[in-house]
Amino acid sequence: MLDRSSVARVELDWAGPERLTMNMGPQHPSAHGVFRAIVTLEGETVVAVDAVIGYLHRCHEKLAETLTYAQYPSIASKTDYVAAMTSEFAYVLAAEEIGKIDVPKRAQYLRVICAELQRIASHLLWLGTWCMDMGGALGGGATIFLYCIRERETILDLFESLVGARLLYGFYQVGGVRYDIPSGWTQACRSTLELIEQRVVEYERMLENNPFFLARAKGVGVISRDLAQDIGIAGPLLRGSGISYDVRRAAPYSSYGDFDFSIPIETDGDCFARYRVRMVEFRQAITIIRQALDRLPEGPISSRPALKSVAQTRIPKGEAYARVEGPRGEVGNYMVADGSAKPYRMKWRGASFSNLSVLPHIIPGHKVADVVAIMGSVDPVFGEVDR
Amino acid sequence: MAVKGPIPEIPAPIWRNFKDLQEWEQLHKTRPVDDKHSAAFEAVTEGVHRFPGGFVVTTAADAFLNWARKSSVWPVTFGLACCAIEMMATFCSRFDVERLGMVPWASPRHSDLMIVSGTVTIKMAPMLLRIYDQMPDPKWAVSMGSCANSGGPFRHGYHVVKGVDRVIPVDVYVPGCPPPPESLLNGLLLLQEQIKHFKRTGQRAVPNDKVD
Amino acid sequence: MQPADAHSSLAARFSGAEIGTGTPLVVSVSPDRWVELAQCAKDTLGCRFFSFLTAVDWKEQGLEVVARVDNLDDGLGVMMKTRLGPGVSACGSLTAVYRGANWMERECWDMFGIRFEGHPDLRRILLDDSWEGFPLLKSYAVDTAYPPYR
Repeated sequence: MLDRSSVARVELDWAGPERLTMNMGPQHPSAHGVFRAIVTLEGETVVAVDAVIGYLHRCHEKLAETLTYAQYPSIASKTDYVAAMTSEFAYVLAAEEIGKIDVPKRAQYLRVICAELQRIASHLLWLGTWCMDMGGALGGGATIFLYCIRERETILDLFESLVGARLLYGFYQVGGVRYDIPSGWTQACRSTLELIEQRVVEYERMLENNPFFLARAKGVGVISRDLAQDIGIAGPLLRGSGISYDVRRAAPYSSYGDFDFSIPIETDGDCFARYRVRMVEFRQAITIIRQALDRLPEGPISSRPALKSVAQTRIPKGEAYARVEGPRGEVGNYMVADGSAKPYRMKWRGASFSNLSVLPHIIPGHKVADVVAIMGSVDPVFGEVDR
Repeated sequence: MAVKGPIPEIPAPIWRNFKDLQEWEQLHKTRPVDDKHSAAFEAVTEGVHRFPGGFVVTTAADAFLNWARKSSVWPVTFGLACCAIEMMATFCSRFDVERLGMVPWASPRHSDLMIVSGTVTIKMAPMLLRIYDQMPDPKWAVSMGSCANSGGPFRHGYHVVKGVDRVIPVDVYVPGCPPPPESLLNGLLLLQEQIKHFKRTGQRAVPNDKVD
Repeated sequence: MQPADAHSSLAARFSGAEIGTGTPLVVSVSPDRWVELAQCAKDTLGCRFFSFLTAVDWKEQGLEVVARVDNLDDGLGVMMKTRLGPGVSACGSLTAVYRGANWMERECWDMFGIRFEGHPDLRRILLDDSWEGFPLLKSYAVDTAYPPYR
């Protein structure tokens, strides 16, 4: 029998000032997309991280200058492709702010319902891929991944019956939304929400009773309050570091002021805090959707006529910055309009771009294995990073 | 720890330097003979096939080996963009590909199939070619989604490759933006159909091939 | 700090600037006072959240650098702008004031060719290092060829 107290502890010191440059190339098993991290290591400790992005730069900002306000929203989905409704929302809000276009109440509530459903779907994917990264695809990590994707499929079915597409939609248009909810949709939505509520409790219990998960998430990737604001990260990262900022509260858009929900704040700033924030956001999103479904008003779904020609929407001269609370943070759209059917300049303030720029500041000091856990908790989507 | 590491020297990428458009078009047209198998093997199988009655052996061997090849195609997880999310959904429990024998595998050295899911950009193209070159023969490529087929909605962007077939030879094109998992499964079943048509256990079928 | 106080304190400090009313507070200064404006926004106005930094190409009138910072506690948003004149593509860097400006300014260099003086590591971020041209300038065509890929 091994007597633990008699086992000698051998401290292995790193062999001199040798630094190894390791490439976590654009294709790697941690399922986040095309990202390259050139990590400089001293032994097992990361000393510096050079994040190389741009492998998915699809020229959104230049293409937006060539596409009209009617054509672009479905392309906008492809920035944050996991939560496609968010980006469309930001683009359409910016155009409406410049053009001072009213959105009918029913359309606003439908927008809120879809945005919150999208938030739940995105967080399910985040949870699944984060746990798979930490657990390994053939190890225990695939358990939560398969469960979460199964839940996400139920929400995507709702979207498919509403819009016709599962992942990338063209649901929003300047002035409202394009489609109205079919019959039976509210009932299906409510039963889906009940299912997800129960399942989320099950996953939480599974994870928080797992000492490996706690060891990999607690104390890892701490973002201080000061760094968080200075870099400009937003969303669960900011709220996990103790700053209470949610665009839905700070600058309510699309009748978010009508709903009663709370903003989760955690002060630790580590991966576990961000995980807790997102788990509470699941429940808050479910609350908001239930309130919106209960009070859904009748009325038109758009203040503009249905899309018949691509150049039918003209926005007068002006500029605006519209922001939306996406699952990853503040997604903003800075638009400069010049009176024609196409914007003069459109800039995406991608939540993941700012979130990812915090990596060179927080990863040094951690071990190689923590890089994957931190990246997962930052939850980047490279359509937003590279645009 | 605010230690700034050195900016590493990234070696120049290795990609085929096409002299002009005609050269890559040539490569694209003459694709089927890209598989590497030795001349001796070719000579033996051709000899057996031409021997009177020998065709029974080669066709039986073809049938058996093609069944084995198509029932165990391992895709390398090459998710680039939005289509990657639909590819992941196809790999999961609702639209299971594991029942077709496809186990998604992260290492290109142990995989047969590259599902290019997402937009290929000019910065990513050499990396894609490098991963494709690391895959052992016989290998297949499925171009998933309109971005990989032809550049998709981003075709006119300055940084977007107009279709992944400008970089690697493609066997099946799956249209959609993104193609729902049912479409991708259809594409993978079509790929299995293609694999069934290897002849003399090594030669791919070219389009409009005469079956002898 | 409330928007009205912010307006008056900025007007007092930057006499030649154009300051708009309403939310967000839009301040336009000359390029030589750009970093000073950012420092003032951070210290005096308490805007410690750095939202974004970008540029707009106004063709003959030159480039304009736009940045937005927020004061999360008071809900104050400040949109800082500066017009670099025609033909000018250099500007002061905000990285000493806000660390988040690092990647945003690299993107402006990449897309517009604006050199930020004082930036610790100004190199291309989204495009390859060997890329020629600055895509978001109005003089660059969106479907520029790059044989054999496009």
